[in-house]
Amino acid sequence: MAKKIVEIHDLKREFRMGSEIVKALKGVSFSVEEGEFVTIMGSSGSGKTTLLNVLGCLDKPTEGTYLLDNVEIKNLSRNELAQLRNRKIGFVFQSYNLLARTSAIENVELPLLYNSSISINHRHQMALKALEAVRLSDRLDHLPNQLSGGQQQRVAIARALVNEPVMVLADEATGNLDSRTSYEIMALFQELNKQGRTIVFVTHEPDIALFSSRTITLKDGRVIKDSKNENIRSAKEVLAALPVTED
Amino acid sequence: MKLFNLIRIALRALQRNKLRAFLTMLGIIIGVGAVIAMVAIGQGSKKSIQDQLSSMGSNMITVRPNSNQTPGGGARLDVSTVQTLTLDDIKAIQNQAQYINAVSPAVQGRGQVINAAMNWPTTMQGVSPDFLTIRNWPLKEGVSFSDEDVNGAAKVCLIGQTVVDNIFDPGDDPVGKTIRFNKIPFKIIGVLAEKGENAFGQDQDDILLAPYTTVQKRILAIPFIQTIYASALNSETSEAATQELSQVLRTSHKLTNSEQDDFTVRTQAELISTFSSTSQLLTVLLAAIAGISLLVGGIGIMNIMYVSVTERTKEIGLRMAIGAKGIDILMQFLIEAIVISITGGILGVLLGLLASKLITVFLSWPTLVSESSIILSFVVCAITGIFFGYYPAQKASRLDPIEALRYE
Repeated sequence: MAKKIVEIHDLKREFRMGSEIVKALKGVSFSVEEGEFVTIMGSSGSGKTTLLNVLGCLDKPTEGTYLLDNVEIKNLSRNELAQLRNRKIGFVFQSYNLLARTSAIENVELPLLYNSSISINHRHQMALKALEAVRLSDRLDHLPNQLSGGQQQRVAIARALVNEPVMVLADEATGNLDSRTSYEIMALFQELNKQGRTIVFVTHEPDIALFSSRTITLKDGRVIKDSKNENIRSAKEVLAALPVTED
Repeated sequence: MKLFNLIRIALRALQRNKLRAFLTMLGIIIGVGAVIAMVAIGQGSKKSIQDQLSSMGSNMITVRPNSNQTPGGGARLDVSTVQTLTLDDIKAIQNQAQYINAVSPAVQGRGQVINAAMNWPTTMQGVSPDFLTIRNWPLKEGVSFSDEDVNGAAKVCLIGQTVVDNIFDPGDDPVGKTIRFNKIPFKIIGVLAEKGENAFGQDQDDILLAPYTTVQKRILAIPFIQTIYASALNSETSEAATQELSQVLRTSHKLTNSEQDDFTVRTQAELISTFSSTSQLLTVLLAAIAGISLLVGGIGIMNIMYVSVTERTKEIGLRMAIGAKGIDILMQFLIEAIVISITGGILGVLLGLLASKLITVFLSWPTLVSESSIILSFVVCAITGIFFGYYPAQKASRLDPIEALRYE
C-alpha cells in the first residue's frame, strides 16, 4: 500500500459570522495516497474553498484531524504552518500570482528564499530544474508581462515544484485560460503525475475532472461522491484532436 | 530565515518600484538636506561672529576706573580723568596674576596729525608693546616699539591704515617718515594691519599707537593711566582671569571688603556669549524647522508603506502561502523602509553639503557643516525608517494569508 500523503478524518470547519455560525465543512473524511491525481469538485458554497485552505495548511480545522505527510497540523503555530507549507506543499493559483517585474527564474526561486538551508547556488539549480520540467528553460529571464497566460501558469507550476513538495495543490489552475491552453496545462499536470507527483486539483469544471485518476465531489460541506476514474482521458490526445487554430 | 535573503527580497521589491521608492526617499532627502544646510548656516554665522569678536583681541579684558560717587556728593568725573589706575597696578598684575598672559596700560588723547600739507584728526593711544598681543593685532610693515622706547619715552609711533590713507599720497611708504601729532614730531616705525570696523561701527584703523610713557609725558602730561588692557591665557580661563584681576586690583587699591570696586572689568567673553547665544537660538530655530521637514518625510514613508502594503496584499498572501512567516514579511517591509530612509539619508547628506557649498559660494553666507549634524541626521533617519516603517510592516505581517490571497 502506497504512502498516505493526506489523511483527513471527520474534518469540520465552522465560521462565526456575527451571531450566526456557518458550518462550511460538516465532517469530511478521505485520504490521498502518494502518486494520486485527485480532483475535488463542487459547486460554489459546497465548502471546497474551505477544504482547499485546510489542505493547504492556510487554515486549521475546528474539529477532526488532518495529517499531511504524517504531520498533525492541529497543534502547529502560525510559523510552523508557514514552514510546513514551504517544505511540503506547492501551490498553483487561478490567477498565477507571479510577482510583477520579476523574471521567471526569480519567481520560481521565491519559495527557496524562505528556506535558509538552501544555498544560492543550489537555489538556482533547483529553479532551473523546475523550469525545465515545465519546458520553459528558454524563458528564464522573461518577465510575467512578456509571457502568455499558459506560460505564466507554467512558471507558477515550476514555482510549486521547486521545493520538491509532497503534494501540488492547484486551485482552479485552468480557470483563467482558454480551452486549448487549459488542455496544455492539464497535459503538463498529467505528465508530472506520471513522474510520481501527488496532485490535488480543486475545480468546479466537470470537464477537468476527467483527466484525473480520482474525483471527490463535495456538496454542502460533505463528501457526496468519491470515485476512482477508470477511464482517464489523456489531455495530450484531446489537444491533438483539437482543430488547429488559424492564428 | 537568513537576513541576507530578506535584504535581497526587500531590495528586489524596491527595484520593482524605483520611481515610487525615489519619490518616498525625496521627503527624507529634502529633510536631511535641510537639516544639514540649516545647521551649517547657523553654525557658520555663529563661528563668523566669534571670529569677528576674537579679532578685536582674543580673550581681551578691559579695566577702566569707576567714577564713583564721591562721599561729598559732588559732580562725577569723566572716567578718563579719574586717577585711580596707576603703573603700580600694572606691576601688581604682572607679578601676581596667573591667568593673565599679557597686560598693557593705555592712555589716549585726540589731536591733529600732520604730514607736510595734509592733516587728519585722530586718536593717539599710548600703550606698551604687549598691547599688540592683547589685541591680536599684527603689523603690516615695519617693527613695533620696544621696552626701551617705553622707558625712554621715545617719539616713535605705529600708524593705522586710515591715518595712512589720509595723510600720505597713495604709494608713499610711511615707515621712516616723521609726522607731527599736536605739534610733536613722531617717527613712524610701523604700519598696523587693517582691522576694519568693529562690531559697533568704529573704525579701528583710525589710530596712532605710541609708547604710553611718551603719551603720558608729552601729550597729556598725566602720571596715571586711563585703561588697563589684559588678556587671559585662553577663553576657558577668561572668567577666572577676570576674578583674579579684580582681586589683584582691590588689593593694590587697598579696598576693604565693605568698599565697592573703584574700577570696572569688562571681558569680550560677555560679548561673545551674547552673540553666541543669539546665533545658538538661530541654529536651534533652523534645526527645528528642518527637523519638522524630516518628520514630514518620515510620515511620507509611513504613508507610502501603508499604501504599498495594501497594494501588495496579494503578494503578501502569496509569500505567506509559499512559506513566508509573519516575521519574514515584517522584516521585508521594515528593511524596505530602512533602505529608503538610509539611502535618502545618504543622498540628503550629499544634498546638504552641496547646498551649504552653494550658499557660501553664491550668497557668501558663512556655513560650517559639523560632523555631529551629519551623524545626528543620519541616526534620526534610520530611526525614522524603523519607527515609521514598523507599523505598516506589522500590519503586513498580521494579514491572514487566505484573505490576502483573495484580495483584489
